[in-house]
Amino acid sequence: MTTSEVSRDDLRSFLESMWLIRAFEEKAAEIYARGKINGLLHLGMGLEGVASGAASAMRRDDYVFGGHRAHAHAIARGADITSMMAELAGRSTGLCGGKGGTMHLSAPDVGFVTATGVVAGNIPLALGAALSAREAGREQVSAAVFGDGAGQAGVFHESLNIASLWKLPMLFICENNGYAEFSPLSDHTLVERLSEYAKTYGVPRVTVDGNDVLAVRDAIAEAVQRARAGKGPSFVECLTHRLRGHYEGKKSEYERSEIDSKDVVRIFERKLIESGDILRDEATEIARLARERVEQAAKAALDAPWPQADQVTTQVLST
Amino acid sequence: MAETRYINGIQQALLEEMADDSTIRVMGEDVTFGGPFGATKGLVEAYGESRVINTPISEATIVGMAVGAAITGLRPVLEIMFVDFITLGMDQLVNHAAKLHYMTGGQLEVPLTIRATCGVGGGYGAHHSQSLEAWFSHVPGLKVVAPYTPADAKALLKSSIRDNNTVLFLEHRGLYWTRGEELAEHEQVALGEAVVRRAGKDITILGVSKMVGTALKAAEQLAEHGIEAEVIDPRTLAPLDLDTIVSSVKRTGHLVIAHEAVETGGIGAEIAARVQEAAFNELAAPVMRVGAPFSPVPTSIALEKEFVPGPEQVIEAVRRSIAYNRVA
Repeated sequence: MTTSEVSRDDLRSFLESMWLIRAFEEKAAEIYARGKINGLLHLGMGLEGVASGAASAMRRDDYVFGGHRAHAHAIARGADITSMMAELAGRSTGLCGGKGGTMHLSAPDVGFVTATGVVAGNIPLALGAALSAREAGREQVSAAVFGDGAGQAGVFHESLNIASLWKLPMLFICENNGYAEFSPLSDHTLVERLSEYAKTYGVPRVTVDGNDVLAVRDAIAEAVQRARAGKGPSFVECLTHRLRGHYEGKKSEYERSEIDSKDVVRIFERKLIESGDILRDEATEIARLARERVEQAAKAALDAPWPQADQVTTQVLST
Repeated sequence: MAETRYINGIQQALLEEMADDSTIRVMGEDVTFGGPFGATKGLVEAYGESRVINTPISEATIVGMAVGAAITGLRPVLEIMFVDFITLGMDQLVNHAAKLHYMTGGQLEVPLTIRATCGVGGGYGAHHSQSLEAWFSHVPGLKVVAPYTPADAKALLKSSIRDNNTVLFLEHRGLYWTRGEELAEHEQVALGEAVVRRAGKDITILGVSKMVGTALKAAEQLAEHGIEAEVIDPRTLAPLDLDTIVSSVKRTGHLVIAHEAVETGGIGAEIAARVQEAAFNELAAPVMRVGAPFSPVPTSIALEKEFVPGPEQVIEAVRRSIAYNRVA
């Protein structure tokens, strides 16, 4: 990672974004453990670099479609963290009024269109948005973010084929953390690098260290540029580490001692301190401010009213 | 009034709606060639390949792609060549198309029409003949339309395309070449409105899709024996126009429901349950159902003939209903 070509302000922004995501996920875990968030909570600790790096290379009117572990991308895009936390907690002030929850966040105003609870289910949706983007002629791009578990699904391959065939402005962003739900990737396929599939379909591909936010940013920026220029889709595979288990309540695959060395936020923070781009005190302050913002968001979310009973049957159909 | 065919009603609806709304994209397998039955014939010549889009045979993905396009500004009309193939796209249909408006708290709309050929005829076999309307009607967030006449095919397709929800538009293959009056200029038919095809006082027969014709044939024969049947065409199965059905049943006291789908768990079961909840006291007999036997659609035309209920099965159900002795 070279930080020399990036302005200090930008480096600082990355650290702020990553700490905000980390603080949000830590708080969500804590609230979940207290029983104030229900359901299946899939946290993205360890994936902050992909989300921050990708968001920094995209425009507000670009489309992002997340999977079941997508808080990080929604935050990086700029979704309101109070409304997000309220949505996780099922409150009326949530992004989706409590009807979506952790796996179905939606903030279209910042380009986080929606997320899906079905592995790979967001890929065809992003493909359709890429078609809309091409037809609208405003040089927008559409991105599907998915894990390595999605690579064995049929729609993954069908979507790669169509995106390539029609040269759609689409990004396939793979967070390859080596685990598909509870199983290691090696239980599901002999193909270790999902980007290999892109080769067959003629889609330009790159595999980067997902723990290097600047490498992610560069790879996504190149893919975005290609898409905006009408040159079709790209596949960016980010090798990452999922620091928590598949969902809260499940054990992490890593030993406690291992986690620090695989932690993208700590790695980036250390790097900036070592290179002299940021003082240790400044880094500490960034983390503290992130936690303070999240604390306030969580308080507001948990103080918010529950949805009214009549909301069960509203918005089933658009009227 | 001039006559037209059902298939031409569909084709005309597509041509006209595309002229009115530049966001419409017709997509599906072989649509630039008109599809297997010619429903999309002439579209690519009129609107070009950017608006009439040939897709690979990837149903799971093209359904999802149409959903993704619909939530980001386009108004897709997707053709699934045979409704049987929609099984491959059920995740995108049921988990995404039907639920995105709700799950996002109303932030996203899915203005998507999925046209699909259904129905038995000509020995197409178990993978090209099914009637799956009950599956779709069971899913909150979907609308389900099954037109019978050429005029309705046109009017209801136009209404489906203009709707801001996902509409399953089911076209019976056996109706494609049937003739009927053309839709009058500027005439519209809203989704969710049933129509009485034949007035009668003695019994109500509800037919779904092509079975409206079977019900009408049965009614003619019954009339020769002094039984005047009222025939209802629901046209839209979700949302269902229960009022029209119930008000008819309250007058006649009898209801027979006929559809080509297997009887078990069919849409007739739902309609029967709702009618008895709304008009139990007015019913002189249990609601009778006429549907296909509980088997896959056979291929041999000798077996196919046995599979699809005809007017005689409807008449038999009518006779059982009228002969029913209710013990007070």
